[in-house]
This record gives sequence, structure tokens and C-alpha cells, in this order.
Amino acid sequence: MTAINAKAASVRFENVSKVYGGKVKAVDSINLDVAAGKLVTLLGPSGCGKTTTLRMIAGLEMATSGRILIGDKDVTKLPATDRDVSMVFQSYALFPHMTVMENVSYGLKFSGFDKAETREKALAGLGLVGLTGYGDRLPSELSGGQQQRVAVARALVLEPQVLLFDEPLSNLDAKLRRQVREEIREIQQNLGLTVVYVTHDQEEALAVSDEIVVMRNAAIAQKGTPRDLYEAPADAFVADFIGEANLIPIEITALDGDTATVRIADYTHRLPSRGLPKGAAKLAVRPSRLRLVAGGTAGGTQDGVAAVIDKATYVGSRMEYTVTAAFGTVFAVLDDVVTPFRVGDAVTISFATSGPVLIPAGQTS
Amino acid sequence: MLIFWIFAGWVGFCLLPWYGVEKFYSFEWLVDGWPFDADYAPAAVLVAMGQKLWLAPMALALVAPLLVLGRRKTDSIYARVLIAAGAFGFAWLVAQGLGIGLRGLNADWLTALFGPLDDRQFGMGYGALITASAFLFLLTQGIAARGAVNGDVFVTAAIGGVIAVVSIFVFFPIAKMLLAAFATDDGGYSVLGFFPKFLDSRIWGLGCLRGAQCGAAWNSLVLAVLVGVLTTLLGLAFALVLTRSGFRYKRMLRALTVLPIITPPFVIGLAIILLFGLSGTVTTSVAALLGLEPARWVYGLTGILIAQLLAFTPIAFLVLIGVVEGVSPSMEEAAQTLRANRWQTFRTVSWPLMRPGLANAFLLGFIESMADFGNPLVLGGNFDVLSTEIFFAIVGAQYDQSRAAILAVVLLGFTLGAFYLQRFWLGKRNYTTVTGKGDSGVHPAMPAGLAIPVYAVVALWSGFTLVVYGMILYGSVVQLWGVDDTLTFKHYVTAFSLSWGDNGLRWTGSAWDSFWTTMLIASLAAPLTAAVGLITAYLLTRQTFAGKRAFEFGTMLSFAIPGTVIGVAYILAFNVPPIEITGTGLILVISFIFRNMPVGVRAGIASMSQLDKSLDESSLTLGANSWQTFRAVILPLLRPAILAALVYSFVRAMTAISAVIFLVSARYDMATSYIIGRVENNDYGLAIAYSTALIFVMLAAVGLLQLLVGRTQIGRRTSHGEGH
Repeated sequence: MTAINAKAASVRFENVSKVYGGKVKAVDSINLDVAAGKLVTLLGPSGCGKTTTLRMIAGLEMATSGRILIGDKDVTKLPATDRDVSMVFQSYALFPHMTVMENVSYGLKFSGFDKAETREKALAGLGLVGLTGYGDRLPSELSGGQQQRVAVARALVLEPQVLLFDEPLSNLDAKLRRQVREEIREIQQNLGLTVVYVTHDQEEALAVSDEIVVMRNAAIAQKGTPRDLYEAPADAFVADFIGEANLIPIEITALDGDTATVRIADYTHRLPSRGLPKGAAKLAVRPSRLRLVAGGTAGGTQDGVAAVIDKATYVGSRMEYTVTAAFGTVFAVLDDVVTPFRVGDAVTISFATSGPVLIPAGQTS
Repeated sequence: MLIFWIFAGWVGFCLLPWYGVEKFYSFEWLVDGWPFDADYAPAAVLVAMGQKLWLAPMALALVAPLLVLGRRKTDSIYARVLIAAGAFGFAWLVAQGLGIGLRGLNADWLTALFGPLDDRQFGMGYGALITASAFLFLLTQGIAARGAVNGDVFVTAAIGGVIAVVSIFVFFPIAKMLLAAFATDDGGYSVLGFFPKFLDSRIWGLGCLRGAQCGAAWNSLVLAVLVGVLTTLLGLAFALVLTRSGFRYKRMLRALTVLPIITPPFVIGLAIILLFGLSGTVTTSVAALLGLEPARWVYGLTGILIAQLLAFTPIAFLVLIGVVEGVSPSMEEAAQTLRANRWQTFRTVSWPLMRPGLANAFLLGFIESMADFGNPLVLGGNFDVLSTEIFFAIVGAQYDQSRAAILAVVLLGFTLGAFYLQRFWLGKRNYTTVTGKGDSGVHPAMPAGLAIPVYAVVALWSGFTLVVYGMILYGSVVQLWGVDDTLTFKHYVTAFSLSWGDNGLRWTGSAWDSFWTTMLIASLAAPLTAAVGLITAYLLTRQTFAGKRAFEFGTMLSFAIPGTVIGVAYILAFNVPPIEITGTGLILVISFIFRNMPVGVRAGIASMSQLDKSLDESSLTLGANSWQTFRAVILPLLRPAILAALVYSFVRAMTAISAVIFLVSARYDMATSYIIGRVENNDYGLAIAYSTALIFVMLAAVGLLQLLVGRTQIGRRTSHGEGH
């Protein structure tokens, strides 16, 4: 049986901008490198330019300025037809008047394969997504998950240099979403495909990516591995967008090499400085990295910051608390559901040794 | 593609006859002195022989693209050379065509500039056509290579092509006509001479207020407004009965409203004469009953109005049924749950939501009435309207082109005014409430106060239509209407007899000639109209490019130009070089394409906007180019629109008269103009028999088209889950 191979190539953006109507900047001077065989996610809120970026790789939008390279080839001015890239659409965009087989064979017809090869490759593609035997159906006779797989197979069989996904899971229900995203990741790793994937769901991004590019206001806010982004966000926006984060205003009082001493209310804490200068800054703490100990410490001690439980919510696997301290309100998650705190309880907040990171005090968005 | 068009350019320039050749397809010219006879010679040979030297510079524009053949598309020289060569070649070709005509240089200032020219040229032929296309598409390929429309060669070529043909066959003739309106008797142009003729009392006179005759402009305006308002109301009544009542025979009612569409419009006028004319059934029986002299009361405004109401109400109905159905039932149900009663719901929700449709229907009725030529000709009497006045100015004893042009300008002014007012009034308001989401509600029934008059009107109108069609059928089989009522098939025999002669079958009937011409022209025009219309719709819905709004306006403009105006404009524009096609079948085909194109465009836009754009995009990313995408994805999903465009343009080509009457020739006579000719000779029997036959032919053709185009199976669900 014919196998589907990958001809994975890298993608490179050099100062690429996209301006609509001479005014609106959808993408503003982006530099981006996607290594061959990697899955890179473009993540960000609506209107951040991530889909425009994806469509520029596909050739569905033309860059206003800058260069786009796929492999070593400059494709900046090439239209979609002439690029060796295929794309899985949010709506799947299966042709409703063609059978599953015809849909999957569609691109092969234009790629110079003869009939037998086309059929063989299409069957292999359907096999890869687990839809052997569904070739004669119309897209309207398949479930949403199956339609999604047809869309993936249709893109895969072309063995593209780059495979693009535009929010491929957003039309699936929550349970199916986890399953399909694992399948996509598995196929990508088995075949060594270069994949660029757009989503606004941070959990999905963390789960599938080799690298995540967080975008904001038409520019890249930060890029890195899922762990980098989660554990060392560059700024408040990234910290808050990837997973929830409490952003606590603090002051760096002393610097000692790479270690900073910070003051939170009356409590002092030491952690890596990450190159920040003395003065006001922010501490980003994941809800799960807050420690709560019963009993307030009026006046402040070395143990932590005094606070009061405002809300306590039982969500089954854990407890969620809203806690008010002198510096403001924070959100904390604790695994102890057996002896929970109650509303009004006095507690002391402190921080886990790894997890909390310093970020610049600049504005949050 | 580049090689193809360079090659085509060279073939057009060096091989094909540059100037028009009669009976091109007999290929007699090949053995009759080609390539050295000046009538058949290609441009290159002409130039080589030292004639028509002004054609020479185009060779340069054909050489230049050869130089970039080896270069890559992304090379900036590639784009620049193609643009320069294409633009220069095309511009030069157009300029020499317009500048040098039958009598040498066409304008005094050109003679002043270049000195007198002792040569002349005739209408362009296939050589010029192919070369011009080559220049145009070299230019669009150059523009595409510079990155316009994402560098898409097919789309830029399509845009360039549509702009070129619309300019040549809509704007150019209209401009020629405007110019002719300013022409003076001695061949010059004068603004001062224009106004006295424009303000002529035969156009603008208000004599009817004092019991005399009014000017044609006022007559046309009053008639068109009345027809517009009344057809809209009648159409609305029908639409309401079909959607908002429990009426049981809706299908029959629907069929009844479609019938007039496949009827040549003036046939209704004929039936009116048979009923109410001097020797009409109703007139004579009423006269006998009351002991009065039969009168000619029906000739004039009344008669035309009745005939046009019968002919154009279905058009208003077709517009309004879509609008009335388009009002989402949930809107009306919401109003009802908010404690509005049925009448209040209708008045406050349904009616306002239908308003844009009403404006559209009015505009259509208004324009159709303005342009209608057959009914006023048959029924007008002393009631002069613009369309018939234009006709008599051109064909009558007066033969006054500039008067015809002035009348046409007035007519065009009215329709463009209405078109503009409608767009101004509707603005960007869009009341379409079909959401694509399941809408399970049902339209509420009409309130009783509305239902009773609506039923009465619809019943009356339906009865009347049935009587009229009965008359048409009956009229075609009586000896001589009102005089000799014996039944006979002699009219059919005269028109459609066949006989076996020495050479096999002979089409001896008098109608066969015009019948086959009509069939040929209509079946050529229909697919071309659909193609141009759908490609334009594709460009308008699927592509973004600079100047798109102007492009849209230009393609829709011919919708507001009455056929009579097109007829006059075509005669004025295409009777002389550079494009000399009057008297050919080609001019008829072309006039139909551009008369009916807006309907193809509208039908295409309506269905294309329901296809998700990601379908095209996924096809593009799968390696199909935009032409392959158009063919493999868009077209199959557009079958209903294609059918609508085909049927409409076929039927219109069979039934149209207003533009046709100016463009027919002895060689290419159309059925409608033949029938009008019979009517003018008072040969009603033959005219009606022929019309009846046409109606049945069209019914058959519509059925056949439906079979040919077929259906596209897209399964139960057509759209997938909504985006987030």
C-alpha cells in the first residue's frame, strides 16, 4: 500500500506585514521561523492577526511587505495554487457535491498523478484517518468528527511541505476535541510533518505544540515551547493568556546577581530576577502555585501575607478560592477538598518555590 | 498562457485577414487572393506591401513580449514589459480604429495634426479581434505578475475581459448616441443646436391639459409610473396569496403567473384588440346590448396600460415572492408574541421588511414599461410614447438620427433617474432576514381586512389572464376575427407548412426563416449571457480588486437602459468602422448578451453568496488554480443559477422586440419583428398563430434546459456547524 510521506520544509517570515485598505494593520512586521517537522501553534485572542498570518503562509493573502520563504524558496508573491501547502479549514470546506473519495482525490488530480496512483493515495489517506470504506458517502452523510477527518485526509494526501490548520477543532464537542487533537499530533509526529496550527484555545495549544507563538495586536508577544510560555511568560499579557495567572504588584528592593528580593505588602520573597531592574514590577503566580495556610499573621511575618477568604467553590477535584489581601484579590486553587477553608477564614498567602515569575510592571492588556 | 497569447497575437497579426470579411466561415477568402488581396490581407502583409502603414507600430508590441519569455514571473522586468506592450498595443489598435475610418481621418483636428490622409479602412475583422484580445490578455498577465489580485492570471484576465466587452458594447454605443444627440444637420456638433430640439413640444408639450395631445415624454412617464405602481401591487397580492393564505391551488396560480413571461409582450396587446378593439368580442357584444356604436376607446393609454399590466405583473411577482418569503417567520412570530395582532404585525413588521422588494419591483415595472415597444405600437393610437417615437424617427420617412438620439437620451434619463432614486432610497439597507439557520416558523395568515380585497384582485386578474390566453388560442384558429368565425388551421399552415420537393424536405411556411433565425440567435445568446453573467458575479462576490464598485455599477447599468435605447445606440455605433456589424446576426447576439447580462449577474451573486468562501480557498490550497476551482467547485454548486440565467436569456431572446426591431435585417429577421410586421399589415390571424407556436416552443425549451442542466446532489445538509 502506498504510504503518505512528508516533504516537510521550514517556514520563514522576514519582516512580514499585512495592511488592509492602506490603514488597518492586520500583521505588523513579523519575524517567524518554523523548523521542518515541527508543529507550531499561533495563539491569541480574536483579531490578533493569527489567521491572517496563517493565510499568508497558504498564499490566500498576500503580504504587503516583507518576505516569506518555504524551504529555501521565496514564495512571497506566489498564489496559493502554486505553493506546496495545504490547509484544513475551520468549516472543513468539504465540497458538498463530491463524495468523500472525490474530495480526497481533488488535489491529487491537479498534481499530475495518474488515476491509479490518485486512487491509491486517496485510499491511503482515508486509511490514515481511519475512514476506510467511507469513500462513497457524501460529506453531508458524515458526522462532524468524520467530516473533520476527511478534511485532514484531503490535505495530507498531497504530502505538502507545510500543513496548515485553522482552528480545526472549534466545531467539535469537548470530548471529541481531545481525541481529534491527539490524532492530529500523532499523525504529525509519525509522518514528520511541518504543521502551523491556529487556535485561540490555550489548552489545545499547550497540548499539541512543539512551539507556541502568542500574538497580540498584529505582533508576536512571545514564542517558545509550551513549558517556557507557561512557566516563564514574558509579560502580563502572555501570563494571563496562557493559563490563568494572578498578577500581583510588587517592588524589587534588592538585586543580587540573578536573584531579586521583592517586597509584597510587608512580606519579602526571593526569586530569579529575569533581568528586571529595581523598582516596581509584577509577580505572576498560577492559581495552583499559591500556598494558603490557616490563620492570619497580623502585621506581616516571614511566613507570608495576611488575607481573608472571600469565596470558596467546590468543583469536585479541587477547591477554588477568591482571596483578598492588602495588595488586592487573587484566585487560588487547592487540592485539599477534605478540609476546605470557609468564607471569612483568615489565611496566610505564600508562594511555591518554583512557578511564580517576575514580569515587567508595564500595562496589562 | 503567455506563450499562447503571444502566439495568438502573431497569428492575428500575420495570418488572419485584418479587416472584416463577409462569409468568413465559407473560407472562400483563402483561395480568393489571400494573403495579398488588400481585402483579405493580414496586417503584416498590408504593412509589408506599403499599405495601411499605421498598423506597423503594433508589431513592436508583439515583439516585446518575446524578449521576456525566458524570464521568471517574479522578475519585475517581466511584468513591466508585458504591461507596456499590452497597453501600448491595445491603445494603438483602438486609437487607429477610431481615428481612421471610411473617409480617411475621422476628425478635423486629426487632419490638422497629421495632414490629410489619402487612405481609408473598413470594419475590423478576426485578425484585429484576435490581436486585440492578445494585447488585452498580455496586459492582464503583466498586471497579474505585478501582484494584483494575488497574482491570479485567470482573475485579472476575467476582470480585464469583462471591462473590455462592457466598455465596447455598453459604454461605447451609449457615448456614440449621446454624441449623436448633439449632431447638427451639416455633420458638425453643437450644444446650441441641441436645446431647441431637446425642448421640442412634441416631447415635452402639455397640450393634454387643454384637451390636445401631450408630449411623448410626459405620456411615457405617466404610463410608466402607473404600470410600476400597479404591477407592484398586483405582484404583491399574488405573493401574499401564495405565502400567507390557505389557498389550495397555489401551484396552478404560480403557473398562471409564469405564462406571461414566455409570451412575447405585444401578444397580450393583440389579445386586447381581439377583445376590446373595434370589432372585438366584448366591444361588439356590449355595443349590441346597449345599442351603441362600437368605439375605439381601447386605443391609447387605457389599452397600453391593460396590456402592460398583464405582461409585466409576473415580473413584479417574481421579485416579490422572494422578498415576501424572505421575511423570516420568526420576526412575525416575535411580533405576535409581543401582543401585536395580525393586522399590526403586518403593518409594523412584514410590510416594512418588504419595502426594498417593493422598490425593486416598481423599478422593474417602470423600466419595462418605458422600454416596451410592441404594445404601444399595437395599441397606442394617438398616444405617443418615447419608444415608438424613437422607432419612427429611425425607420419612418423622417429618418432623423439626431432626433432619435435625443428621444433616446430623454428615455435613458428617466430610467437612469429611477435607477438612481431607487439606489439612493434603499441605500445600504438590507432587510434580508434569511439567516441560514433552521427557521421552523410559519408565516401568519393575512389579516381579514387585507385578505378579502387581495383575493378579489387575484381572482379577477387570474380570470382575465385566462380569458386573454383563451382568446390567443382561439384567435389563432378562426378564419378572420370578428368577421368570419369559421374554425381553420390555415394560419398555422401558412406559417409552418412543409413540403416534399425534389430536394427533400422544403420549409415552405412563411415563418420558418425568422423562426430558425430566432432559435439560432437565442441558443447562441443564452449560454454566452449566462457565462458572462456568472463570471461577473464570481468576480463581484469572490474577488476584491481596486475599482470593484465602479465595476459593479458598470455591469448593472445596462439593466437600466431600455432596449429601444440600446437599439438606437447600436445602430449609431456599429454601422461604421471600427466595428461594423449592423445587419449581421452577431449584433443581435451581442445586444441580447448585454441586455440580459444583469439578470445572470444577479442570479449568480444570489447563489454564490450562499457558498462559503472557504470552499474556494481549500480548493486553491489543494493545488487547483482559480479557473479549475471555478469549474470544479463553483459551477457545479451553481446549477440553479445557471438554469435561471439560461432560461431567462433564452426566453428574452425569443420574446424581445424593443432592441431587436432596430437591429434586424432581411437576412436575419427575428420572429418578433416578423410578427409585428404581420400585425401592421392587419394580418392578425397569422401573427397570433405564430405567437402561440412560440409560446409552446418556449415551454418545451424551458423543460429541455431543466433536463440538460440537471441537479447537483449535495445531500441533506448543505452547511456545516456554525463557527464559534
